[in-house]
Amino acid sequence: MTAIVATNETILVVGGGISGMTAALEAAETGKQVVLLEKTAALGGRTSQLYRYFPKMCHPVCGLEINLRRLKSNPRIKVLTLAEVTGIAGSSGDYTATVRITPRYVNENCTACGECAKAVSTLVDDQFNYKLGKTKAAYLPNAMAYPQRYVLDPSIIGTAEAEKAKAACKYGAIDLGQKEEIVQIKAGAVVWATGWQPYDAAKIQPYGYGRFKNVITSVEFERLADPHGPTGGKLLRPSDGKEAKNVAFIQCAGSRDENHLRHCSRFCCMASLKQTHYVRERFPEDGKSTIYYIDIRAIDRFEDFYQKVKADSSVTFTKSKVARISLNEANGNPICHGVNTEGYHRYANEHDLVVLAVGMEPSVKGMNIPASVVADSSGFIEADPANGGIFGAGCATNALDVNRSVQSATAAALRAVQVVNKVARAEA
Amino acid sequence: MSANAQMVAKYKNNFLKEVQEQVEMGEWVKMCMQCGVCSGSCPTNFHPGWEHPPQEIFMMIRAGKREEVLTSPSMWMCTSCYNCIVRCPRKLPITHIMHGLANYAHRLGMAPKMQPTRHFAKLFWNNCVKTGRVNELKLSMGLYFKDGFGQGIKNGMAMKDVALGLLKAKRLNPFEMLGGHKCKDQNGIHAMLKKARELEEKRKAIKAAA
Repeated sequence: MTAIVATNETILVVGGGISGMTAALEAAETGKQVVLLEKTAALGGRTSQLYRYFPKMCHPVCGLEINLRRLKSNPRIKVLTLAEVTGIAGSSGDYTATVRITPRYVNENCTACGECAKAVSTLVDDQFNYKLGKTKAAYLPNAMAYPQRYVLDPSIIGTAEAEKAKAACKYGAIDLGQKEEIVQIKAGAVVWATGWQPYDAAKIQPYGYGRFKNVITSVEFERLADPHGPTGGKLLRPSDGKEAKNVAFIQCAGSRDENHLRHCSRFCCMASLKQTHYVRERFPEDGKSTIYYIDIRAIDRFEDFYQKVKADSSVTFTKSKVARISLNEANGNPICHGVNTEGYHRYANEHDLVVLAVGMEPSVKGMNIPASVVADSSGFIEADPANGGIFGAGCATNALDVNRSVQSATAAALRAVQVVNKVARAEA
Repeated sequence: MSANAQMVAKYKNNFLKEVQEQVEMGEWVKMCMQCGVCSGSCPTNFHPGWEHPPQEIFMMIRAGKREEVLTSPSMWMCTSCYNCIVRCPRKLPITHIMHGLANYAHRLGMAPKMQPTRHFAKLFWNNCVKTGRVNELKLSMGLYFKDGFGQGIKNGMAMKDVALGLLKAKRLNPFEMLGGHKCKDQNGIHAMLKKARELEEKRKAIKAAA
């Protein structure tokens, strides 16, 4: 059984991405007890899947490393991975969360030596790389995963493959007898930081995502650029592995659209501007980026970044939302069709690769959150007194970039601390 | 004062306001964010008659280009395929706005005179409101003779095999030329259309007053 000591002075943080980690750390560093829950096998969330940050073009691993150090050195935080909240009952200052913990089949003896992965031959979709590649069914979620422990994919449990993995482990770390557990966790306040998911690009039918191999999403492009990604950091397009030197970025793919997501996802313009750097870096001689946009929303201090990209001769800006993508059957190139708002001319431009700057939607939409919270029409949590001691943080509350998620998480931590302080005073 | 001059006097240079109040669905025009998906999705591919795609027309309205918009043949080229309505990220009823603009330009007498769609629409309307039934023979004859008597005869000759086929199949009755079939209560139809016009005027007046 997983033993968790939690009282109504504990703060429960749901979601172990950048927002959840921040909220947990900020609260714990003020002296509060924190339980941090993460649905997947490792902390870091979507931030850990980025190659670089805007605007400084630095690597997310750096910031994550600092946070993980803070986390490891703080005894007040209890981290539970593969844990999902199924219900929250009670009221402010007195919540009980029901949590389902799915088995990892690997215990804390694991040294991440990797012998189990060598022993196993079954391949499963690599979730960390947005299924762009395959990984062994015994795998480390990502290079800097915390906890630094392997996971066995449930699909091999009960097969000879699982036994092979067990036999290969010198440390007795593989425990095939692990079962799903349901635990109750008490908490005075809850920080809900379940983050976001990219909008399902296949729903934008005229763009042919899923039908045309060389139409990918911005999050997938991020993995292509990453040296730890499926192509080792080379910008190779999926259909034939050719270098993608002429890349189109389509903004508002799903966002600002009443047929898809009503809201502006805010980060996508900056993400595409950032990704033009990847193209130029890989192909300084003949790399070409084209950004198709309605209007560029490089908010506040990001304007500088936008101006710099604008000055780059390898980047073309076309003021037009692409209406349709077709395929050049001969070479696999996607062709973007539309009308340029500047001059109202039709175009049909061929590119090596099209990157859809997909919008952001909450991972758990308002009505699916197993607690009573007020949410807007897109499913983001609103700050509302009716939420009691449940506070949204990061992308669960709005479409935010990493920087603003951290701000939002710190604010949520402060509100949760206040609730817990009130409980403490009442009990003293 | 002509209807056109009245509207010019009433709205001075505010063409957007005029469109919002006078054109059916015109209140949507200001919602356009110029993304271009309507134009890009249009199957007519802007052959020469389509001078300005919808997104450009909306911008021209906002820019106050009254004369250019109302005399444009563009909105008459819309085939009502509804692709733009389905795709518009802001759910503008673009097809309906196109028809609203065409209708408004027609009422003001600004629409291009011999634009074929307009010509046909006029023929069809006059034809069907008269008796409450569409007289297909008169309608197609009217179309044949759009560009004068000589051209009309040529058109008729070119279509003669089709006409004979229709005759044989009893799909065409030459006696329709003499009045043709009618609905029972013609006065009722006329009263209904008059009432509809009144309601429309009233609705516009309310919109303009608001």
